Amino acid sequence: MIYKLQFDSLLPYWTVLLQGLLFTIILTTVSTAAGIAVGTAGASARVFGPRWLGRIVVGYVEIIRNTPFIVQLFFIYFGLPAAGIKLSESVAAFLAMVINLGAYSTEIIRAGIEAVPKGHLEAGSSLAMSRVEVLRYIVLRQAFAKVWPALSSQIIIVMLGSSVVSQISAQDLTYAANFIQSRNFRAFEVYLVAALIYLSLAIAVRALLRAIGHRFVSVR
Amino acid sequence: MFPVQRPLSALVALSAICAVLTFSSARADTLDTIMSAKVLKVAVPQDFAPFGSAGPDLQPQGYDIDMANLIARELGVKVEIIPVTSANRIPYLQTHKADLVISSLGKNAEREKVIDFSDAYAPFFSGVYATKEVAVTKPADLAGKTVGATRGAIEEQALTAMVPSDTTIKRFEDNNATIAAFVSGQVDLIATGNTVAAAIAEKSPARAPTLKFVIKDSPCYVGLNKDEPKLLAKVNEIIAKAKSSGELAKLSEKWLKAPLPPGF
Repeated sequence: MIYKLQFDSLLPYWTVLLQGLLFTIILTTVSTAAGIAVGTAGASARVFGPRWLGRIVVGYVEIIRNTPFIVQLFFIYFGLPAAGIKLSESVAAFLAMVINLGAYSTEIIRAGIEAVPKGHLEAGSSLAMSRVEVLRYIVLRQAFAKVWPALSSQIIIVMLGSSVVSQISAQDLTYAANFIQSRNFRAFEVYLVAALIYLSLAIAVRALLRAIGHRFVSVR
Repeated sequence: MFPVQRPLSALVALSAICAVLTFSSARADTLDTIMSAKVLKVAVPQDFAPFGSAGPDLQPQGYDIDMANLIARELGVKVEIIPVTSANRIPYLQTHKADLVISSLGKNAEREKVIDFSDAYAPFFSGVYATKEVAVTKPADLAGKTVGATRGAIEEQALTAMVPSDTTIKRFEDNNATIAAFVSGQVDLIATGNTVAAAIAEKSPARAPTLKFVIKDSPCYVGLNKDEPKLLAKVNEIIAKAKSSGELAKLSEKWLKAPLPPGF
């Protein structure tokens, strides 16, 4: 029996899909920026900072990398209110994604930092550059150039993983797809369309990251 | 055209068989069978708390079991509890493995074609719940408020149609997430079934939900085979008596942690 695809049952809900897509794009953009900032700070603290700070960073990274994202999300959204911290689902989703990406990118960027030859740091300080200037102009610039592909992949992973936030009723693309499916019962068409939208989004984001890499990150 | 050697004796044998068959299919009303055997066989749910589930001693317990005991007591007979599932409860009735089905059975047109229903004996409805202090009594009061619900559930679809346009409905993927949202305080109002509300009240008394208004009512009925007028009348009589004596209200308090809804 050949299943007849009926995409016209989705047409009345195209605004719902669009709103979900917009939410996913905004959530991903903002979380990525904040997540990479956290990752940079964490990696720098781990490599150059005092021992105690490095230990805190290691603890944070290991906890986040060894627990599932959905568990972290549920902890923030359902668990924290018991400690008096009640967050809306958008804020909880953003926080969870930042914390998650922050941990993974800490390790990725740390690998890049440690690949910068020690001689470069010495050359920098011998030119009377402050530690912050050495970090910013010599170390991080090279570190990012080395790990940009790995970082791009992690960003895509987190973007696709953002579909999990639908579980706490954050109205992203997956939430929109689930909602439409519960109304028209056309699971095949709905999830096919949602998957294609995620695919297009991933391809577009990857191309954007590659362009950013060429323009800003690569060592010229 | 097979050759019949002795047509007359063949005819006699055939009519004897027919007579035996018609004779054995004639049955006294089940009420008489129950009273003479002094046993009432009742099919009850085995995994649907609080209507029927296994207690800590692995014995069946629940609203439906108490109801079965009540009916047997009023008839003056012993009760035989038969645990069944949603899938086989009506077949058990139809094959007379059970005399009554008391298994959170809802009435619908399809079922009405094959079995009979008594009067309602247990409330089963979905509604909007919140803690005592929240002042909501009808859908219009939800203007500007947020309600949690399980996506795709009947009460969620009905609620979407009946709330004002500035009400926010937070839809969660399953019952557990909706309950977690209510208990953690992420939502102050939820749309759910009365049994779920009873479970929340039991596990989290600090956030015990009280009913604000009913979304959809689908009470439970006792199921009987068709063409059993005497048994049906007797069961209805027992239910009416339990209602007026307050025994049904006590069952509701015990298992559903809530009084019978108004007009039951």
